[in-house]
Amino acid sequence: MTYRVHVRVMPRAGLLDPQGQAVEHALSTLGFAEAAGVRVGRAIDLQVAAPTRADAEARARQMCDKLLANPVTEDYLLQIEES
Amino acid sequence: MLDVAVVRFPGSNSDFDALRAAEAVGARSYFVWHRDTDLRGADVVILPGGFSYGDHLRAGAIARFSPVMQAVQRHAAEGGAVLGICNGFQILCEAHLLPGALMRNAGLHFVSKPVDVIVERNDTPFTSAFEVGTRLRLPVAHGDGRYLAADDTLRMLEAEGRVVLRYVAETEGSPWQPNPNGSAAHIAGIMNAAGNVVGLMPHPERADDPVLGLADGRGFFTSMAAWQAQPSTGKARTR
Repeated sequence: MTYRVHVRVMPRAGLLDPQGQAVEHALSTLGFAEAAGVRVGRAIDLQVAAPTRADAEARARQMCDKLLANPVTEDYLLQIEES
Repeated sequence: MLDVAVVRFPGSNSDFDALRAAEAVGARSYFVWHRDTDLRGADVVILPGGFSYGDHLRAGAIARFSPVMQAVQRHAAEGGAVLGICNGFQILCEAHLLPGALMRNAGLHFVSKPVDVIVERNDTPFTSAFEVGTRLRLPVAHGDGRYLAADDTLRMLEAEGRVVLRYVAETEGSPWQPNPNGSAAHIAGIMNAAGNVVGLMPHPERADDPVLGLADGRGFFTSMAAWQAQPSTGKARTR
């Protein structure tokens, strides 16, 4: 079975996110003053061949812990679907 | 004779500076390619500045998996000296040879200018030439230099005195008070628990001769030579 894995890596809540601040400021300058709490992260999509969905998720978590996210500064979310 | 291996990753750009600065204190210095697995008897390994692998994913994240890094891990575990400068510091953090991480500068700008730092440890292979408390002027050139670690890690670094260099709070002319990048506790450089692995954001190899405008960096290289000459370190360690 092949699973499509969507990884969403975000700067850890509470940490300074200067990119998010810059984007928020730009939005405000453009007239979107209602935009608040902007954070900038990273999205990574990949396919994982695995016997079950749980196996695919377990492998994807290992990938995040070892490479795709930095555990010191980032959190990640996984979304998995059959492809 | 001090043997200094300078590791070259695709995208390293301070490799020649590091090679030359080591030669200037009489070392035999040579390049080691990122695919190499042999450090050829190095006393000191330098991971130079640059943008290894284009800083893809995160600065230093891909370089960590280069074949040469296994040799660097072994070298460090055996007590060999390792200096990570700028991108090299980022790689050492990603490789877990040093704790914490280096994030995008708080001001978002790439900062390239001289900064003032204070030496807080002089019992490392790279800082013995300085008195503790010495103020050095060294160039920084980075976009991701904001040192950050978990609160308990920061407390541990302070409790164990593992901050090697700290930005001077009132660096003259800096728009990013009190340090150039927003680093936690104004940290510019740290060491591992044993003190043989040091990472710093400033570039001593670009500031080791008056002809370059700054010469405070030379002490990092004369320190290596002094460290290697001690009976308990350098080559005597393994041979």
